Amino acid sequence: MSPLHLCLLLSSGLFCIGLAAALTRGNAILVLLGIELMLNAANLNFIAFWRFGGGPAATGVVFVLFSIAVAAAEAAVGLALVIAVYRHRKNIRLQEVNSLRG
Amino acid sequence: MSAALPLSAASGANALLERLPVVLRDGLLGYLPESLRWIVSGLITIAALLAVFGLLFAYLTLAERKLLGRIQNRPGPNRTGWFGLLQPFADAVKALTKEDIVPREADAVLHYLAPVVLVALSLMGFAVLPFGRLLVPVELDSAVLYFFAAGAATELAVFMAGWASRNKYSLLAAMRALAQLISYELPLLLSFVPVIMLAGTLSTTEIVTAQGGWTLGFLPHWHVLTPWGFAGFVIFMIAALAESNRSPFDLPEAESELIAGHLTEYSGFKYALFFMAEYFGMCALSGMAVTLFLGGWQAPCAFLEFIPSYAWFGAKLLALLFGFIWIRATLPRLRMDQLTRLAWKFLVPLALINLGTAAFWFLTAGWSGPLQLVRWAVAVALVVVPFLLLGRRLTAGVAPRTYRYAT
Amino acid sequence: MLFPFLIIACLTLASAAVAMMLRNLIHSALLLVLSWAGIAAFYLWAGAEFIAFAQILVYVGAISMVVLFAVLLTRPSRDVDLPLPAPTVLRIASGLMAAAMVASVLLTAVLATRITGGRSHAPNLTVKDLGALLAGPHAASLLVVGVILTVALLGAIIIAAPAPAERPEDQP
Repeated sequence: MSPLHLCLLLSSGLFCIGLAAALTRGNAILVLLGIELMLNAANLNFIAFWRFGGGPAATGVVFVLFSIAVAAAEAAVGLALVIAVYRHRKNIRLQEVNSLRG
Repeated sequence: MSAALPLSAASGANALLERLPVVLRDGLLGYLPESLRWIVSGLITIAALLAVFGLLFAYLTLAERKLLGRIQNRPGPNRTGWFGLLQPFADAVKALTKEDIVPREADAVLHYLAPVVLVALSLMGFAVLPFGRLLVPVELDSAVLYFFAAGAATELAVFMAGWASRNKYSLLAAMRALAQLISYELPLLLSFVPVIMLAGTLSTTEIVTAQGGWTLGFLPHWHVLTPWGFAGFVIFMIAALAESNRSPFDLPEAESELIAGHLTEYSGFKYALFFMAEYFGMCALSGMAVTLFLGGWQAPCAFLEFIPSYAWFGAKLLALLFGFIWIRATLPRLRMDQLTRLAWKFLVPLALINLGTAAFWFLTAGWSGPLQLVRWAVAVALVVVPFLLLGRRLTAGVAPRTYRYAT
Repeated sequence: MLFPFLIIACLTLASAAVAMMLRNLIHSALLLVLSWAGIAAFYLWAGAEFIAFAQILVYVGAISMVVLFAVLLTRPSRDVDLPLPAPTVLRIASGLMAAAMVASVLLTAVLATRITGGRSHAPNLTVKDLGALLAGPHAASLLVVGVILTVALLGAIIIAAPAPAERPEDQP
């Protein structure tokens, strides 16, 4: 097994942990953290392909930089939403935030 | 410590003193087999850093108490040893022999980990500071980023300490610390971006090299002596005061409001570790300020170059640390809303404008003769006018304070 | 070469998995920070120094702070630290099943792929090269990211800001 395979396995493991957390946990913050973890797994793949793949340029690194910036924006907006929801309902369990359901 | 420049750069009478630490280390390494050398070399570097900054920490506490005493018109500690010179060791023995109390409700693991993580992280910053021409512990291509990444992680330890104590004062202090550290991270990072822009590198050794040379033999080319560099230096130092939780930004551990903040439930050696981390952080940030703005290990005048470079670094570092202590003795503590307002409405805009000033400075590097005067005038105006305008807005609505009872 | 990678991988995966199973939110967040630091260590191992430090600065320094702040601001009770209620069995089972299916697809895909023509040395990418790339061919995306960050920050402030209330102690 080549190092690239191992890196891909690591990132798929992280992705699945993030996915499982986002699906099973009810707390909005934990769901958000699961999504962050999935984003990180994707970044890990970019770096792995940049390092071990045969591609020419440093596109992987540049992409990860942008991805980290977008992840920061996502975290800021997501947590602001969590706080806004908490202010209205005094609770951040996602199952109960369904008042828009028809 | 790897050689930053070829050895020939340290020539003349100072060559021996300049190379003394490296020669000592190489002499010691000569007795060891080839395979062990790299690891022992690293260990020697770490031991030297710990010894120097451990002693500096010990005597800095003494110097601080002595100076604060002087400024407040009292003698300060003077009972242990000559002039109180043994006081730090007495304090150490006291801290070590005290009972270590962990509250029953506390989160034992986090409570234990917080001081350890804090000290470990605050020591990491020293790895990339160029202490002398030949004394750079680790050469990194993105050293400045490394330094601030290590510094940013210390905030977590403060939070851990506050939360794990299960004490309302501790938790409040942790929240305050988080708000303060997030707020001041931004001006801290923005203030040195011009330095990186103009030096064109993130490596600390290259930033110091870029400040080498003198005009007329006595005017050094340090960044602090340019308009943008001066503004950046002042913003950096204010943010550094806040980042190291020093007065007047010591809200997280404000004795009169929060007992001792996140340190409330700590005693004995753990308490001492927190203090150690605070002083290490202060030293590391001052060292970074010296590197970025004050020319690092460069001598201020050409004829003073015979003094070894690490002595210059030490002198500048001590001067900045003295400034920290002086400020602590002089200024009253800020209120929480004043603190965040100062960061977001004053320092961040100033730092952003400073970026523009630096860009102007960079683009007009070719101007000479009378145009040089225009360049200075425009740059100074770009620094001073926003300062005055923003300062007026910051203090708008605040009448001059009148003291009715204290005369 | 592979030994450090294995340590980093075990640390990252274990801390992420435990973080997602705990019922104490603060412990989860702190363990996840450890996991993010592990990912940064992976970047260092792979030779992407700049990205590693950026990861630490953004995730460990900034995002973790925001997360901890959100956790403290949204506690159900201000007096005691209640553990989170456990999710229902149905929820756990369905979520885990979905994750396991994705995992099996990914695993078979990764293991079935034969990789040829990889490089054995880390490509040499200095900070200066990266800067030139960002300011040259990728300048447009850099600007877009800047705009996104600004808009996101403003949006976050507007969403999270409480309705303005006049309080005398807020005046300077």
